[in-house]
Amino acid sequence: MGLLDKEFTEGNIVIAKVDDLFNWARLSSVWQLGFGLACCAIEMMATSMSHYDFDRFGVIPRNTPRQADAIIISGTVTLKMATRIKRLYEQIPDPKYIISMGSCANCGGPYWEHGYHVLKGIDRVIPVDVYVPGCPPRPEALLEGLLKLQEKIRNESLRKKSA
Amino acid sequence: MKSPDEIFEILSKEFQDAVLGLDKENPTDAIIKIDPLKIHLISRFLSETPGLEFDSLMCLSGVDDANGTKVKDEDGTEKIDGGTLSVFYHLHSVNRNQKITIQVSTLRTEPKVESVENIWKSANWHEREAFDLYGIIFLNHPDLRRILMPYDWDEFAEEISRYPLRKDYKNPEFYQGMKVPY
Repeated sequence: MGLLDKEFTEGNIVIAKVDDLFNWARLSSVWQLGFGLACCAIEMMATSMSHYDFDRFGVIPRNTPRQADAIIISGTVTLKMATRIKRLYEQIPDPKYIISMGSCANCGGPYWEHGYHVLKGIDRVIPVDVYVPGCPPRPEALLEGLLKLQEKIRNESLRKKSA
Repeated sequence: MKSPDEIFEILSKEFQDAVLGLDKENPTDAIIKIDPLKIHLISRFLSETPGLEFDSLMCLSGVDDANGTKVKDEDGTEKIDGGTLSVFYHLHSVNRNQKITIQVSTLRTEPKVESVENIWKSANWHEREAFDLYGIIFLNHPDLRRILMPYDWDEFAEEISRYPLRKDYKNPEFYQGMKVPY
């Protein structure tokens, strides 16, 4: 008698692959670091509000990097801020995910040429999982970015991190 | 309410050669030009004299006049040699409902202006900003540090990359290991 035979007969046991279980748990509770930089942060906050309701995907802001799973870089990253972001990123325990939100965080946006103070893309400092284009992106776009991230987490394996 | 001409007359009578002129050529309000090393005395006078009572410094801004000669280095970078940097003071008197604009010009090679921080407290951060972005040194300022750019900006930048709003500014290649240009 293998375990699979008991999958439905014994009511209090569910059999699943450990990869699937872990991935399901991770992607359903992506706690983001409560962190906003510029106008994108306003859209991110709007996404968290009741109309778009980030929480239905398990995303809630957590105000310490040590208990966060993800960080949404929402806005213009200045050189001065980039050093702080790097430190915050290093404080997040693995596995950690990064959504780069908006043109500024993706590549410098409107500051690409004359912004003497702007880092031209957060991926110069920390590795990005999902880029969300827009200036700023609408909440729907950010939600799609999150769904893409969830898709990525769903395909991860304990043996090998896909990111 | 006094017109800029009247204020200019009063100042010239009181300070003679520290008041350099009245500029009415621009499509803006008239601008009174003043010696940068006498600006604190004149500011004190403007804020305390009955009838003038300029009790509010609305704005203090640095300007790169870019009126020097352009010099090209061997590697093709353009630098401005000589000329002036300016500071503009926009004053407002709440009681008298009058406004005046003051300009001081100082040498680009040695930009030194007297601070007006002990007359209008709002000048403190404005002067730090002008120092940060143009490198104008405000004498007798209590806390002249950078306000917007990182404190360690100078360590990573050549001389031409220290003050970002100067017209001949050139971005440094790296800051703390991060590539700066696009």
